[in-house]
Amino acid sequence: MSTITQAKPRKGSWDRKLHWVATHSIGIALAIGFTTPIVFVFLTAVMSDKQALSSNLWPQEWHFENFLRVFEKAPMLEYMANSLMYSLLATLGVMLSAIPTAYALARMKWRGRNAVFLLVVAAMMLPPQVVAVPLYDMWINFGLTGTLWPLVIPYFLFDAFSVFLLRQFFLTIPQDYIDAAKIDGCSELTALVRVLVPMARPGIAATALFCFLFTWNDYFGPLLYTGENKGNWTLSLALASFRGSHQVEWNLTMAATVLIMAPAIVLFLFAQKSFVKGITFTGVKG
Amino acid sequence: MTATLERAAVAPAPRRTARPRARNRWTVLAFLSPAIVGFVVFFAYPLIATAYFSFTRYDLINPPQWIGFENYVRMFTSEPLVKVAAWNTLWLVVVLTVARVIFALGVASVIARLRSGVGVIRTLCYLPSLAPPVAATLVFSFLLNPEFGPVNAFLNFVGISSPLWFSDPLWSKPALTLLVLWGSGELMIIILAALLDVPQEQYEAAELDGANALRRFWHITLPTISPVLMFGVVNSIIFALQFFTQAVVAGSVASGTADVAGSTKILGFPQNSTLTYPMWLYTQGFRYFNMGYAAAMAVLLFAVSFVFTAILVRQMRRASHVEEGA
Repeated sequence: MSTITQAKPRKGSWDRKLHWVATHSIGIALAIGFTTPIVFVFLTAVMSDKQALSSNLWPQEWHFENFLRVFEKAPMLEYMANSLMYSLLATLGVMLSAIPTAYALARMKWRGRNAVFLLVVAAMMLPPQVVAVPLYDMWINFGLTGTLWPLVIPYFLFDAFSVFLLRQFFLTIPQDYIDAAKIDGCSELTALVRVLVPMARPGIAATALFCFLFTWNDYFGPLLYTGENKGNWTLSLALASFRGSHQVEWNLTMAATVLIMAPAIVLFLFAQKSFVKGITFTGVKG
Repeated sequence: MTATLERAAVAPAPRRTARPRARNRWTVLAFLSPAIVGFVVFFAYPLIATAYFSFTRYDLINPPQWIGFENYVRMFTSEPLVKVAAWNTLWLVVVLTVARVIFALGVASVIARLRSGVGVIRTLCYLPSLAPPVAATLVFSFLLNPEFGPVNAFLNFVGISSPLWFSDPLWSKPALTLLVLWGSGELMIIILAALLDVPQEQYEAAELDGANALRRFWHITLPTISPVLMFGVVNSIIFALQFFTQAVVAGSVASGTADVAGSTKILGFPQNSTLTYPMWLYTQGFRYFNMGYAAAMAVLLFAVSFVFTAILVRQMRRASHVEEGA
């Protein structure tokens, strides 16, 4: 682990120890600060209805059945199915559409390649509200408002962020491998499928994870297209209205919150490396 | 690896030497074709159509009616809430961006100095950013709720008079800022990676020259990581410009009235203090069906976000030129 202070403590072991203790205490304090909210949420989620309305922080009785009661209060399974359909289809779409696009941007030589890449960046930065009016109008004409299709279909064609991220990953794979494959007579498609995709598996996994999470967390899209049609609500929409329809039941609201946060956290714990690598890649150069 | 290459080599070899360039062009087009369709349908067309709709009166039912600059005139003169919404979003752009970048840099600097426990601490600091915005907002609505929230319980315990947070127009935006800082783990990781990439020898040389920690940070760390910080700034600005979900949910929870999917009839509670520009755009377009007016608002939003996108794109172009030159 290279840290930026290895050169620092020289004046004696006391200084060094003090420095160690100071930075580590701050580090631990930060970690606790970031985690405490989640702990409170969990503790409140298992409180009794009555206690959740007090300012007690520790549950007197542990009501783990609150997590099940959430499912009685609202058709959570249906919402979960909708969320899963949105996220899984979008991720599948991205895998089909973004991999060839990113390959063409990273590992094929053609004029205008850089300009097209900058267009991808521009598209990535565009606030979704800018294009909401004409797109909604378009989906009305297709008769698809109220369904999840307006959210899913774009991913089968073009998702700027995924293309951007995949291109960054593909650039790290030496051109030599692809050239070698082509000298052996591979077409671009075979080079992509047989050489690049197997080598870029971690990057592809990270892109899929981000796409899944982004759609799982999305609120604006589902609100725009399915807000009026409760049958197609996703978990985010349902959770946002949970507190409104179940007035002061903080324990159940927090239990629902835990349920919707869980998949992201589980995914992360299983694929921490891909995550960190993916995030790092979004920040590096052009 | 060689196995992959061998397998790849076995593939049929369509060796055609005639006009390789033209063939290449068709291959590129084939690879890009879904993206081209997607870009045209979901970006190019709606951008042009937004500009067109902004000059019309349109309610989604009757055909759009050309009214010239009327929407823009209304937006810049008579309509009062758009100014409030623009002000709120400007507040968020300035405060959120500054707070987010400095906070992420601060946390990343601490983590970069750690010798042990790096993995665990980094994970715990990053984890909250995975929470869906709706869930994170509910978490903070609970933590900060004035009646029995743990934060105010603590503040009362140590004898500080506690604010009403999401229920007080003065404190609602700072509360949203805290919420965003809690979930700024991604930027933190990006900056951390940049910090760890700063060449170690430079620090050693500077220390031999007698530069203290502050000077080393100012003269070595900052210049080296400035492209990444720049990315963080632009990214945060764009994030603040489209700030929507957290504001909608926090307002509707605090007001205690949720209408459809958590969006409330009492917008921007309390006293319009959380009414952001995209929220008002959404309301005008999809609650009041003033599509033309919403489109005019979208054109302004596009113009502003385009400026910042252009800054980022210019920087990236410069970076790629440097790379090619090297």
